[in-house]
Parts: sequence; structure tokens; C-alpha cells
Amino acid sequence: MSGKLFAVVVIVIALASAVPIINHTFMGANVSMPEDISTHGYEIDKQIDETMIEAGLSFLAAQLVLGFFVWKTAGKKDGPLKNFPGGAKYLVVAAVLLVGAEAIALGAIGSKAWAKVYFQPASADALQIQAQAGQFAFYFRYAGPDGKFGGIHPEKIDEGNSNFFGLDPENDIPARDDITSGELVIPANKEIHLMMHAKDVGHSFYVRELRIQQDFVPGLDLSLHFTATKVGKYEIVCTQLCGLGHYNMKAYLNVMAQDDFDKWLKAQSN
Amino acid sequence: MSEAGAHVVHHGPPTTFIRKHVFSLDHKVIGKQYYALALVAVLTGMMLSWLMRIHLIAPNWPIPGLQWLSKVGAPGGVMTPEYYLSLMTMHGTLMVFFVLTNAPFAAFGNYFLPIQIGAEDMAFPKFNMMSFWTTFIAFCILVSAFFVSDGPPLAGWTAYAPLSAVGKDAGPGEGLGQTLWGLSIFVFCIASLLGALNFIATTLDLRTKGMTLARMPIVSWAWFITSCISLLAFAVLLPACLLLILDRVGGTSFFIPSGLNVSDHLQPHQGGSPLLWQHLFWFFGHPEVYIAILPAIGIVSHILINSMRKPMLSHKTIIYCMMGIGFLSYMVWGHHMFLSGMNPFSALVFSFPTLMITIPATIMTLIWLGSLYGSHLRITAASLFCLGFISMFVSGGVSGFFLAQPSIDIYLHATYFVVGHFHMVMGVAAIFGVFAGTYFWFPKMTGRMMSEPLGKLHFILTFIGTYCIFMPFHYLGLAGNVRRYSAFTDDFLIPLLPVHKFITYAALFTGAVQLIFLFNLIYSHFKGAIAPENPWEATSLEWSTPSSPPPFDNFGGVHPVVYHDPYQYGVKSSTGDYLMQASPERAGETP
Repeated sequence: MSGKLFAVVVIVIALASAVPIINHTFMGANVSMPEDISTHGYEIDKQIDETMIEAGLSFLAAQLVLGFFVWKTAGKKDGPLKNFPGGAKYLVVAAVLLVGAEAIALGAIGSKAWAKVYFQPASADALQIQAQAGQFAFYFRYAGPDGKFGGIHPEKIDEGNSNFFGLDPENDIPARDDITSGELVIPANKEIHLMMHAKDVGHSFYVRELRIQQDFVPGLDLSLHFTATKVGKYEIVCTQLCGLGHYNMKAYLNVMAQDDFDKWLKAQSN
Repeated sequence: MSEAGAHVVHHGPPTTFIRKHVFSLDHKVIGKQYYALALVAVLTGMMLSWLMRIHLIAPNWPIPGLQWLSKVGAPGGVMTPEYYLSLMTMHGTLMVFFVLTNAPFAAFGNYFLPIQIGAEDMAFPKFNMMSFWTTFIAFCILVSAFFVSDGPPLAGWTAYAPLSAVGKDAGPGEGLGQTLWGLSIFVFCIASLLGALNFIATTLDLRTKGMTLARMPIVSWAWFITSCISLLAFAVLLPACLLLILDRVGGTSFFIPSGLNVSDHLQPHQGGSPLLWQHLFWFFGHPEVYIAILPAIGIVSHILINSMRKPMLSHKTIIYCMMGIGFLSYMVWGHHMFLSGMNPFSALVFSFPTLMITIPATIMTLIWLGSLYGSHLRITAASLFCLGFISMFVSGGVSGFFLAQPSIDIYLHATYFVVGHFHMVMGVAAIFGVFAGTYFWFPKMTGRMMSEPLGKLHFILTFIGTYCIFMPFHYLGLAGNVRRYSAFTDDFLIPLLPVHKFITYAALFTGAVQLIFLFNLIYSHFKGAIAPENPWEATSLEWSTPSSPPPFDNFGGVHPVVYHDPYQYGVKSSTGDYLMQASPERAGETP
């Protein structure tokens, strides 16, 4: 009795879970994920879709077979014991070949998407912006008209006087025209080269719509590059546990048309 | 194997209350002590998760009584964000170390490994006692962190540096509490190393006559393989914790680089690397997953064969798969660090063996499923939890396929997808193994039966409940819901709150269902029906002891001799359809 009940429950759970899987697979990734606004994101989405089909099928097949076999054998006392046709050998061969091929294929195809983000450096004409993460805010810095960033002096950081990066404009000429912002404002369809700096502890930069996530690691200045394709405002959130205000550490990504961006930047310089 | 070893009498029967029940050298008492400690830890951990779940759906709602636990952390019963993170850290640490490592491995392994191989005790009974009491000290140190003035630690069970290393400047929870966390895990590592050495020596030296390695039950193999993994994993975490403590109190800079400005204080450290901590931690952390799950795989396979009344298609293949997983577990730690800033080429190197782990996991699943075919499956509370384990193992396993790929990890890293994945495959599946083991071995451990109807009710409600909790986590993850947030205030997270409400109700329900188990456990201990000698008609040596529970030397002065492979089911014999390992009888034709 309880064996058959288990079989029914497993099958119901499998079928119920299949609904979002099928939905994702046939209705497109945007059903369960936000719209992609990056030039590289479609590769990640494609990879998720393909994995969803393969993992989804494996999940469904295994749960349904489990339910079916338990239904057939639960509480059975009579009749001869039977062994699965062919024994373990064919199952092992099938697992090695099928799963091995699946793993190699997914791994190989997926590497392309990874390589697109991480193996190629940002192009030389990408817009350089420095991002700094500290407990519990992001700040962004643009080089200003001279195209050069001033150096960072951690001992000079003074949030009360809005010196978030620890700049030293008195002695450091390139620092004088640097533009600091609490919002990441970028032009659409232009590659952005984000230079990431952690002020205190580990943080992370995550924008769902950009399909991008990267840790800020104290002591390591990492860089990241991406191109946004759609004008709009999106949320940047911290995804690396950084202390009590972690849940509230966020900033906005403001993607503007190139003209609007130029105007915004000019207004900031003044 | 040494026959002589098995004949050494380690110690006489205990005479005083303290030697019998507290500082006991008897592996069976120590096994029960581990079980009791894991039970206290799991109930604490579960209650913490209730508090967290309630807070997530109603951040401003005062939780009655919470202010007594911490006036500062929950003024008027309303949890502060930092207290949420502390509860989360304690939940993870308690569950991973004191439940998932202790219950399936240390508790059941201690009790049944020596009996299953026909030994009188562990190889080093005093070490054994020491490893339990050292674990107990580690537990007390961890719990004491709840009550320190600057708050319990909040850096998560992974304690990433420099948040965990720079001290009070990093905010509440980063004072004495974090040091106590490091000390607790340091002490826990010592205990685990002692335990692992003992398990290995016992398995290799104390097997009785006829108990060749090939004749060891699959679950003994699982404990043996797990102890080998433990020995290598905890040996790395131990010095890592020491270095973390030194960074905190000794002024060293192993994990702290120069130029950090924390809360307007320029840190005096220089030259350390936060990635070093991550490498050391995950070099332990990934094998730890298998330390939790392999004993459960062993328990489930062992019980399933008994319930199917026929041998597995190939239980040896499952043993080889466990070895393969153990071996691969040391090559994949970097998949926790795809986005950590390490060289992006290494992501592909770590991704490949991670995907390869799917192969032994699939082989095991196919063998379980294929073995069910044509069996005479007996449905008991224990066998139901085994079937539930298979279902959970599959569900938690397939989501690993997503996370093993660095390109997908860019999107899903640090979301609830990860939380759903590891809770299912490492948390729930391993706990199902513990439940199965409890219902199956309770008669041996206490001499009484647990209530089967209550056990079955417990199973079906827990099974449905855990799916209701952890399946929606994957949906949240795909929507980009970040983990380790004490409140969801972002615009894109607010629409997901109804899903969180559903999960919270499911968690409260599933937690309440565990009272059925607790009642069954306590009631049956005192009032359960007297257990027959071999209630499950099982074959392995634990059912050949002269009494339940077994006498202090397990076999009453006799040394059992083993004549058969462990799983002689579906045969014709004088006992019925099975033949015990210690029976000299030869099996007839399959009935």
C-alpha cells in the first residue's frame, strides 16, 4: 500500500517538476530568466537550455522508472525473482557512453561561452571604468578628459568628503579630473572594460540581465568586459557575503544611448 | 587481514556508570553518543532554519521568545540582518560538520563497522573515546559563540577571508565569535582525523576469519572509503583553520593582502591571499560532500538489497563507483571558485572532472533502478527512505550538471539554484540515509522495534515536504535570486516573495513532521515491541550477535567465521530465502 503510494507520489512530483522544465525548453529561456541585454549572453542562455533538456530528460526518466518499478515490485511475494536483462554490464556501458558523451559535448560547447567572456581581453577602444566595492556600496570612476586614472591611496579614503577611492588630487595630476559616480552609467552597444577593485573584504558584481557575475577579490585587481545592447535601468547586486549589509548592497546600471551618455559625462565633468 | 588481531581482547566489560555510559570505550556506546550529538545538532540546525525562513517572508515580524536568545541580535524578537547571517552561519556549520559528518559516518560507522567485520571493538578504543569527546568539545565551542558579546560569527560556513580574518573592523560577528568558529572547526578536524585513522586500522586489521575485503558488506566499504577521504580532507582544513586563527589573533597575514581599508581603518596586514583560504577550504570542502553522501549510499544499498530479497545487479560496481567518486573528489574543488578571479583557464580543468563525476553517479543510479526490476520489494519505513534517497540523489544530481559548467555558473553562481542543489543531494539525501539506517538498525541498537506505520507516515510526509521546499529553490535561482540575503529588497526580488512564502510554509510543515520521528524514536526506545533476533531476515554479521543490543564484546566471546559473500538473498536455505554470512550451510537452488 505505502509502496504504491510512494510510486504515485514520485510520478506526480516528476510530472509537476516537468512543467517548468518543458516551459523553459519550449517557451524560451525568458519564461524563467530575465531578458538578456548583452552580446555574449545568448551563448550562456543556449547552454542553459541545452543542459535543461538533457538534465530534464535524465531527471524525468529516472523518476518515472523508479516509480514504475516500485509500483510493479512493491509487496510482491510470489513468482520468480528476475534480473534486469543483460545485467549490470550494459547499464555500465550505457552510462559511460551516454553520460560521457553528454558531458564532453556540453563541456566542449560550454567552453566557448566561457572563453568569450574570460579568454579574450577587452578591446583597446573599450570604455574603461573602474568599479570599487566596499561595505556596502559600489562606486564607479571614469578617467575624465585626460583619459587617465589617478592612483588609489587606501589611507586617503574619506567617505565623509566623498573621496571614495582614496584619490590624492593635490599631488596626483591625473586624479584631478576623475569622475566618481554611485551609478554605473554606460553607453549602449559599446564595449565596457570594468576594472574591479575591492576596498575591504570580498564582494561580487552581478547583473542578471547582463549575464555577468564576477567576484571582487581584495588584493587582486581583476577586469571584466561586456557590451550592453538595450537602454534601460538594471540592478547591480552583491553576491559575495560581505557582512551585515550584504542584502542591501546594490547600485543601478544605467544603459544610455551614446549621445545621452556623452551629455551625462560632460555634465559630471563640470 | 589478521586473524590474530581479531582475537585480541581490548578491554573488559565496564563496571561503573561513568565508564559504561559517559567515558565508554565501547564502540557501540560511542556510536550512540555520536548519534545523540547529531540529533541535538540537527534539531538546533532545523530550528535555526525555521527562524531564517520566517524572517525571510516577514523581516519585521517579532518572533516570540527570540529576544531571550539574543537581546542585541533580536531586539523585541525582530531579527537584525547580522543576526540572520549568524543563524545562517551556525545552521550551515552545525549541519555540515555535526550532522552530515557525524550521523551517517561516525555514528553508524562506529556502531556497525566492527560488528559487520566480526571484531570486538575498534582498533584503538581509547582513541575512539577521545574522538567523540573531542567532537563534543568542538560542539560546545561552536555553541558558545552564540553567547559572546559581539555576536555569533556571520561569515557563512565557508568563512571566506578577509571578512573572516580581519577581525572586529569588519562589523558585528567578526570578533570573538569568529575566532571561536575557527577554533571549533580546528578541534573538530582533530577529532575527525582520529576517527578516520581508527576506521582504517579497524577495517584493515580486525576482520574476522573468512571476512575478506571482498566479503565486506557494501556499507562497511562505504565507511572505509569515507575514512580514507576524511583523512586527506581534514588534514588540510586543520592547518587552514590554524592559519585563520593566527591571522585573527597573531597578527599574521596568510589570507589578508595589503592596502585594505575596513571601516575607515587601514589594516596593518600585507602579503596574504584571500584565494589561498578558498583553495584550502574547498580542497577540504568538496570531498566533505562525499564524506556526507558515501556512507548514505552504502547504508541505502545495504538496506535496499535486504528489502529486494535478491542481490544487486553488481554491488561491487557500486563499491568501485564510490572509490572513483572519492578519487575524483580531490580534483574538482576549483568548481566552487569559477568566479573567484583565479586563472580562467583553470575553470575548464576543474569543470571536466566535475562533469565526469556524473558517470559513476549514473552507474550507481542505474544499478539501483535495474536491481529493483523483478525483485520482491518489501516496503518498510527503512526501504521507503532508501527509495526516497534514490529520488533525491537524482534530483540533486542533475542540477549539478548545470553548476559544473563555468559558463552557466556565471549566471547561477551564488543563487538559490546552488542552495537547492546542495540541500537535495548532500543534505536531504544523506539525511534520508540516516533515517533509513535508524529504522533498519534500531532493533539491533535497542532490542526494540520502531513503529512501522508511524515510520511510513513520517517518510511520505517528509518526502513530499522536502520536495516542496527544495524544488522551488531552482526556480528562484533561474530568476536570479541571490542567496545569503537577510531580506529581499531589490526590485527584481520582490515579485519572487510568494515563492518564498510557499517554501517557508513547507519548511515549517516538514520540520513539524519530524516530531513524529522523534516521538517514534523515544517511545519505541522504552515501549516498542521486543525485536526478534533477525527482524529483517538479513545476512550480515550484525544480525549474528547473541543479543540485541549486542554484549560489550559483540559476539559473546565467540569469534564468528564468515563463509559467504555478504548478500546471499533469493537462495534456498534452512532459514528461508537467505543465508547468513556466518552460516556454514551451503545455498541450494534459487527458489
